[in-house]
Amino acid sequence: MLTFFALLVGALAALGAASVALARSAAGSRAVYAACCAAGVLLVAGGVAGLLGGPAVLDLPFGPPWGAARLAIDQLSAWFLLPLGASVAAASLYAWGGVRGAVAPRLLVPWPIFLAGMALVVLAADGFTLLLGFEAMSLASWALVAHDHAAAENRRAARIYLGFAGFGGLALVAAFGLLAGGAGEVAFAVLRDAPPEGWRAAAVLALVLAGAGSKAGLFPLHVWLPLAHPAAPSHVSAVMSGAMTKVALYVLARFAFDLMGPAQPVWLGAPLIALGAASAVIGALRANLEDDTKTLLACSTVENVGLIAIGLGLALAFRGADLPALAALAAGAALLHALNHAVFKTLLFLAAGAVLHGALSRRLDRLGGLIHRMPVTAWAALVGIAAAASLPPLSGFASEWLLLQALLAAWRVGDLAFQMGVAAVTALAALAVALAAAAMVRFWGLVFLGRPRTPRAAGAEDVGGAARWALLLPAGLTVLLGLLPGVMLDLAEPALRQMAGAAAPRTGLLMVGAAEGGARYWPAFAALLVAAAVGGVAWWVRRRAPAGVARGPAWDCGYIAPPAHLPFGDPATQPSAAGFGQPLRRMLGAGLLAAREEVRMPPPGSTLPAVLEAGYRDPALAALEGPLPRWRDALAAQAERLRDLSIRQCLGLTFGTVVLMLALLAWMGAR
Amino acid sequence: MAAVLSVLAQLLHIALILAAAPVLTGVIRWLKARMMGRRGPHPLQPLRDLLKLLRKVPVLAENASAVSRVMPYVAAGAAIAAAALVPSFARGMALAPLADLLLVAGLLALGRVAMALAGMDVGTPFGGLGAAREMSFAALAEPALVVAALSLAILAGTTNLDAIAAGFRDGGLGLRVSLGLALVALLAVAVAENARIPVDNPATHLELTMVHEAMILEASGRHLALWDFAAMLRLTLWLALLVAVFLPVGQAPAGAWPHLWIPGLLAWVAKMAGLALALAAFESAIAKMRVFRVPEFLGAALLLGLLGAVLLFVSTRLA
Repeated sequence: MLTFFALLVGALAALGAASVALARSAAGSRAVYAACCAAGVLLVAGGVAGLLGGPAVLDLPFGPPWGAARLAIDQLSAWFLLPLGASVAAASLYAWGGVRGAVAPRLLVPWPIFLAGMALVVLAADGFTLLLGFEAMSLASWALVAHDHAAAENRRAARIYLGFAGFGGLALVAAFGLLAGGAGEVAFAVLRDAPPEGWRAAAVLALVLAGAGSKAGLFPLHVWLPLAHPAAPSHVSAVMSGAMTKVALYVLARFAFDLMGPAQPVWLGAPLIALGAASAVIGALRANLEDDTKTLLACSTVENVGLIAIGLGLALAFRGADLPALAALAAGAALLHALNHAVFKTLLFLAAGAVLHGALSRRLDRLGGLIHRMPVTAWAALVGIAAAASLPPLSGFASEWLLLQALLAAWRVGDLAFQMGVAAVTALAALAVALAAAAMVRFWGLVFLGRPRTPRAAGAEDVGGAARWALLLPAGLTVLLGLLPGVMLDLAEPALRQMAGAAAPRTGLLMVGAAEGGARYWPAFAALLVAAAVGGVAWWVRRRAPAGVARGPAWDCGYIAPPAHLPFGDPATQPSAAGFGQPLRRMLGAGLLAAREEVRMPPPGSTLPAVLEAGYRDPALAALEGPLPRWRDALAAQAERLRDLSIRQCLGLTFGTVVLMLALLAWMGAR
Repeated sequence: MAAVLSVLAQLLHIALILAAAPVLTGVIRWLKARMMGRRGPHPLQPLRDLLKLLRKVPVLAENASAVSRVMPYVAAGAAIAAAALVPSFARGMALAPLADLLLVAGLLALGRVAMALAGMDVGTPFGGLGAAREMSFAALAEPALVVAALSLAILAGTTNLDAIAAGFRDGGLGLRVSLGLALVALLAVAVAENARIPVDNPATHLELTMVHEAMILEASGRHLALWDFAAMLRLTLWLALLVAVFLPVGQAPAGAWPHLWIPGLLAWVAKMAGLALALAAFESAIAKMRVFRVPEFLGAALLLGLLGAVLLFVSTRLA
């Protein structure tokens, strides 16, 4: 089993090397993407096999100087192979269908390495291997984000992304160091036996939240996501959003549920819940304000990562409060949502890519009416946005139903402060879910409905070939996952037992339940009920009403008829991206995102137009871009002073450093 | 036998709700007209309007897509499915295990999204405006609903409507401050979700601040009939929800014989009529608020719901 995975990761890495040569031809590029697609399918198959089979450990015949690199698969890692593999397979299939000529090596070569890095993180069983995979994942995805470095905004996005990746990696190194203590042994089996306590547990959690959280996109370290995703090619942003954030959450779950031991207090979950709620609300609100399709979807990823983090945090708190059944409920919600989100967000990013390819724009204000020109993309994306808006009976609703049930049961933990906090988080989670629905309506409505806003959009072409299947298959999977969450929870049961020490409370394949005798959700029956109602209405109306429709011009609210050079009507008489976001920007944006609106009237008698300026700012980005450059400049100014030192001072500095190091060594030796 | 009875009760319930929806709307309109000193149309007028609309051929805009033609059915189907789940005269209906409050909220969201998308289909400014406002108001109503559900879930141990109704009827939960606060929160959500005064005025077309009508401005014929019917169903559903949770008096228990359904039925009709009267009086007495005051209205509902939950936490600690 693990030999198979080791060979798979090795083969992907070798494919990365071989694609230097393969990138010379279109056939070679196609072969690389086809192989990556197959690898994705194999990862899913391996994940299912890993969930059904038992855990296994494999020592590789090479590794760092102090021991062998170790791979292992247990239920938790096997589960996270599912979102990884599903997202990778769909994105590679899409990229395969999109190959027109030889793909640039800078775009082709990092792709298999990126995938190999993610698989290595999930399969790693010691700190060294995990960090190796984490860094490979970060650097390869950085190369992909920076592939189009001619544009200044892409260079900025890649720079910020690299900064966050480096920071995240460093934080994880420190977390492993703190966990390993003086012994320096970083194999998971050893770390597990000496779980941290007290301040060390808090410090490890803070470092992991900084390290894995920055990769996953948790508030306040989410600011790179909305920048990097539009810069990357669509299949890359699909995997970055669908799979990479999940791999980062896996690292978080690996630390919090496994390496830090089972005997942690309730409060350990609190920071996760709080950061998750903040991410969910900020991400969903920003998704309502952005006017770039991929930025919008990236913000929605921040929201979903926040919801998953709430689930993980609740599971930790329940476990600490010795409520294993509720812990399993919350962990099940988190795991299920991780898988569901991986599938539907991959689908949505690929649809955004198809729109970019067909209509040559990512800006909502340059699209519109694409349902006529791109029907396959439109209907596949509709499934995706319905899942993202958590509408029953699709996959997003099932996992968010479980999450809300876990939140509704969280008062059982007993501590009054925790109860009040969780009540607030419940409201915030519901707010985020509803905001996400608004954002998804805005996204799909502005892109696919209405009239084309540009000639490019009017002449868009739908995707064909393999890329079409890369949209249709995840859409079908989204429906299936929505109808059968019970089957998936059954599959996840070993992982839940490992995380929470109990199985999720449920019976039967067709339903998910909150607790014994508690609320139940029967997705297949709910779907059947809605289908029967829609069918009954259609049948009754068909009997009563005359068939067919008449067509006429739309009433354009009194605007004058458009000039001849605008055959699709004046785009300015349609709702715009900023206009659609205006109610929410006024209601919530002013408080949360420092949104402002300013009307500047020209002086009396002037013929200048009045100007309306509206804008907002992510508080995290403001906090980051304000002080950080200042500190950097101050540090640089201090470092500059070193150049002016005399030879005596230089020697003194060197000597002093050596003495300090020796003293440190002596002190550590004495301990 | 019990299974047959539950299926029978379910079918009767669906028929009752479907029939009650237009009548309830007509009664509220008639009551409002009476309170304002007008004669008012016959209470059956909405039903006649629906039947008239059904006979007309819908006119679609030239660039309308399949969305305009499919979404009315989706919205009406979702509303019927949701209304089928809210218990009326009897508990223990066939679909009672499905009747989860969050699922009902999800089905309402499905209808809402269908309506917002249909409003954006043609690309007229009014449709987009209405869709944006509807989704924004829903974003604020949803947390208030879930927080009210939190209080109910703490008291009843579940979010299943049937079980909540049973708990409030038989469990002797009695009067509680938290329940009152949850009721106020739910009332505010119901007003917002149904686009009633003071959030929206259901009786106007082409008012500058309208929300619901703006989205269906392009609809006509059978499509408009379906939109209107879905709106009537939603109103009935919300009133039935409030009645089922907070006033379960007279409801026939699960597995009861049909002779108990008759008092249940009468009690339900009386309760719904009472709520309709209250709604009409409320709408006659109050003016519509500015659109951008709505967040404050729903925010207050959310805070009341949270206050109810916190009071519950404290009281369970004292008990």
